[in-house]
Amino acid sequence: VCFIPGGLDCSISFVSHVLGKVCVHGRQKEILGVLVPHLTDLTKSDCIWQRICWRLVECVPDRWMEAVVLGFVQRAPGADVLSRLLGNLVVKNKKAQFVMTQKMLLLQYGHTTAVLQNLLGYLSLDSLRRTLLLRVLQELLETWSSSSAVKHSSAEQQLYISKAILICLSHLKEPEIESCRQELLTSMMEGVKCHLDSSLPQLRRLGMVVAESISLKINSEGPVLKFEYEEDSETRELKSLLVQTPPFCVVTSLPDNDRSEKAAAALPLIPESDEKPHTAARVMPDEELDAELDSDDDLTPYDMSEDKELKIKAPVYIRDCIEVLTGSRSEDVDKWEATVKALESLVRKNPAATREVSVELAKILLHLEEKTCIEGFVELRQRAQVAVLTTDPVPVAKYLTSQFYSLNYSLRQRMDILDVLVLAAQELSCPKFHGKTKHSGAQKPCNQLLPGSDSSKDWRRIVDERIKSKTRRFDMGQSHVELASHPNEFNSVAGHFFFPLIQHFDRPLTTFDLLGEDHLVLGRLVHALAILMYLAVNTVAVTAMGKALLEFVWALRFHTDSYVRQGLLSCISSLLLSVPTERILADMTEELLETQSWLGDVMEKDPDGDCRRLALQNLLLMENLKKKLEAVPS
Amino acid sequence: MALPPPDPQFVLRGTSAAVHTLHFSCGGPEPDIPLLFSGSENGFIHVWNLKTHRVNTALDGHGRKSVYCVETMGGKDRLLSQGRDQRICLWDLAEGRTSVTDSVFTEHVGFCRCSLLKVAQGRWLMAMAARSLEEVQILELPSKTSVCTLKPEVGAKLGMPMCLKLWQLNCDSQPVLLAGYEDGSVVLWNVSMGKALSQLICHQEPVMSLDFDAEKAKGISGSSEKVLSIWSLNEQQNLQVYKTHELVNAGISDITIRPDKKIVATAGWDHRIRIFGWKKLKPLAVLDYHTATVHCVSFSDHSSPRERLLAAGSKDQRISVWSIYAQT
Repeated sequence: VCFIPGGLDCSISFVSHVLGKVCVHGRQKEILGVLVPHLTDLTKSDCIWQRICWRLVECVPDRWMEAVVLGFVQRAPGADVLSRLLGNLVVKNKKAQFVMTQKMLLLQYGHTTAVLQNLLGYLSLDSLRRTLLLRVLQELLETWSSSSAVKHSSAEQQLYISKAILICLSHLKEPEIESCRQELLTSMMEGVKCHLDSSLPQLRRLGMVVAESISLKINSEGPVLKFEYEEDSETRELKSLLVQTPPFCVVTSLPDNDRSEKAAAALPLIPESDEKPHTAARVMPDEELDAELDSDDDLTPYDMSEDKELKIKAPVYIRDCIEVLTGSRSEDVDKWEATVKALESLVRKNPAATREVSVELAKILLHLEEKTCIEGFVELRQRAQVAVLTTDPVPVAKYLTSQFYSLNYSLRQRMDILDVLVLAAQELSCPKFHGKTKHSGAQKPCNQLLPGSDSSKDWRRIVDERIKSKTRRFDMGQSHVELASHPNEFNSVAGHFFFPLIQHFDRPLTTFDLLGEDHLVLGRLVHALAILMYLAVNTVAVTAMGKALLEFVWALRFHTDSYVRQGLLSCISSLLLSVPTERILADMTEELLETQSWLGDVMEKDPDGDCRRLALQNLLLMENLKKKLEAVPS
Repeated sequence: MALPPPDPQFVLRGTSAAVHTLHFSCGGPEPDIPLLFSGSENGFIHVWNLKTHRVNTALDGHGRKSVYCVETMGGKDRLLSQGRDQRICLWDLAEGRTSVTDSVFTEHVGFCRCSLLKVAQGRWLMAMAARSLEEVQILELPSKTSVCTLKPEVGAKLGMPMCLKLWQLNCDSQPVLLAGYEDGSVVLWNVSMGKALSQLICHQEPVMSLDFDAEKAKGISGSSEKVLSIWSLNEQQNLQVYKTHELVNAGISDITIRPDKKIVATAGWDHRIRIFGWKKLKPLAVLDYHTATVHCVSFSDHSSPRERLLAAGSKDQRISVWSIYAQT
């Protein structure tokens, strides 16, 4: 579309109408793909063209304004270009303002980071628009710091808002930060609290990164908030948004800086390496001289083969171990360390002796605290606990499950109990390989068998495999060609592991309220129950477990924490896979139908992506079951 | 086929406390009885009769606080002892007396053993760690006058002095002090001028003990790590590292060079005494008798080489006495 700049009274409104109509019909890409580059060039230095462009967009009727503005923001190659093209449209036109400051930031979240950069950069480039920037920041912070938003909006939306906040912060200048410092501080405090409360690590990390960035901006000289978290590509990307690099400016000089730094680093190395030969040369002549005057040969050495490293011996009997671990003699720390390291193997080698003192040992281990700095203390303790539990399952399981619901344990201890029960259950139900009873797929086999608050990746894979194979194999990783068959030791004890855990979940204690604040432990409990259900396949108690689990899930199905909901859906998966189909259909038909409708609801409306996926899988499993039954001749 | 290491010639029991320091006095002519002085954690100094292997006398002069250094001053009648009660006591033991004739209040709360050097008949120089953290004080005994105070320069961050050795090349030369510090360095001090001549970082951990061979101008130091460091003094009075030797287990409490400069003994935290040849630090023997960390080793000053003994005191309350390489 080419213009001849005619008189000042040239009316462009017709073109605006065309533009608007085309955009609203969804052809933004085509028309703006041609228009925007042209306009970019033309408006680069020519004021008249700029004004023409502004007139063009201002004249677009309101009902099509949104499509046009959206198109421009998405297409513009940079914030400055957008500024040239749109001018102060956002200030003059109410609809444009709504779209750009509310809709695109708070109501939509599918746009890319580049689009956000364009939008917010555009707002920051003119003094008239900067007030809008501040307002936008305030609203974004309000959303970010509201606990209900954190709980109920999806992770993608939260990421989008965090990015927007960081970009806004990067555009703010000192006097503006001064003026809203107090509000920034308050929002940051509230927001960080809601984010850290969440059970999903991704949300926690988002909160931490944003809080750190805000603190950096408002406290540039004082001590800055610093969290500890694992850096990954997402956090790095977020942090990079905080710094605005002016385009085309310093980029070229950076490679030069790097090179000169490397050269400087290389120089000091060379003089050092020069010195070393000197000292070596000096020592040599001395040694040679000495070799000649050697009259020391008449002293014959004695046999020194016994001179080995000093090793503290660990006790050989289980009862000795108990004595050492409970003893208060602080001098014997070496022995204590050696005992902790040797305990697991001792327990496994002496099952009879362990059975005599199993509950006592479990008690000691549950309360064992790190006395000295041993490497891998937590893992050593856990392995010892699992060993004790598998050696004498019934009494120790009774003890541990009762302690799970007792007063005065820390959350960490309760979660440890769950971990130990799950690991022991796995060991009891899997055929034993020499030394390799670990799930080969898990990264940290001991601590992380329960899917941590990360989405249940392992579980999805396993459930997928099962759906595909439709066979009942205990295959939790690579398939082994021939499994030696062993009696399933979990059979006799599955109930002891499972039912006590499910019993008291709705009875709050003074220090422990599963249905209240301690939803993290609830989430872990639910996941643990899912795994125990899964491992209980082919046991006698499996149907009873299934029924109890279904009731449990039903009671909690509307829980607000997405980690808990993921766990509940895993429970359903395990149930469908473990309980024999005939039993499901015989005993649990109505509950299943209700569950099916609930799953459909979750699949459509749950804000969490993982929950929706799991619900879908469960529905597929149910379909498969139905088909299988129909396939069997009655 | 190497022979298995020898057993101790005899073992002295009866201190009822960990033994921290040992000193022989066997150089006297017959009919003098060879004696061994030991200082224990319960504050007693036991005078052992090496013929009967029994305690002759027990001296109590440090208020039941651990005694960590004993030295004789020119014969067995005059004894110097240093204890954790922050005092250095001078004893008169002639003719059966057991009295403290004099004492020096050091105000030192650490474990640094003092070092004695005879400079003239009846006159000694004593180096001891002083009250202030990094300083070493040199006193003249028996007058107890201060000769000088050796202060490292400001910001040197050497830490506490851990072990001291006063020596002079011969009777006419200047007395010099070698001091090992907490930061792992050994400093050579000129006593008369009171300034440091050379500093060498020998270890990454504190220097636990050192000894020096004035004839060969070579010294050895041990620390809480696994490395023994041998260093030498060149003509410009500069210390330089000569050699290092890595041990099997970490921790050395004491090192001593035999007076004939042929062998060196180390007392280890791993309950073992190690013997090395002094010339090239060739490992010669590992004596494994004690059941707790060995705190001190000492060679006897017998005039007849064949009677020479090595004694080691340990936390297990026993003193083992060995006769090793006595034929050379």
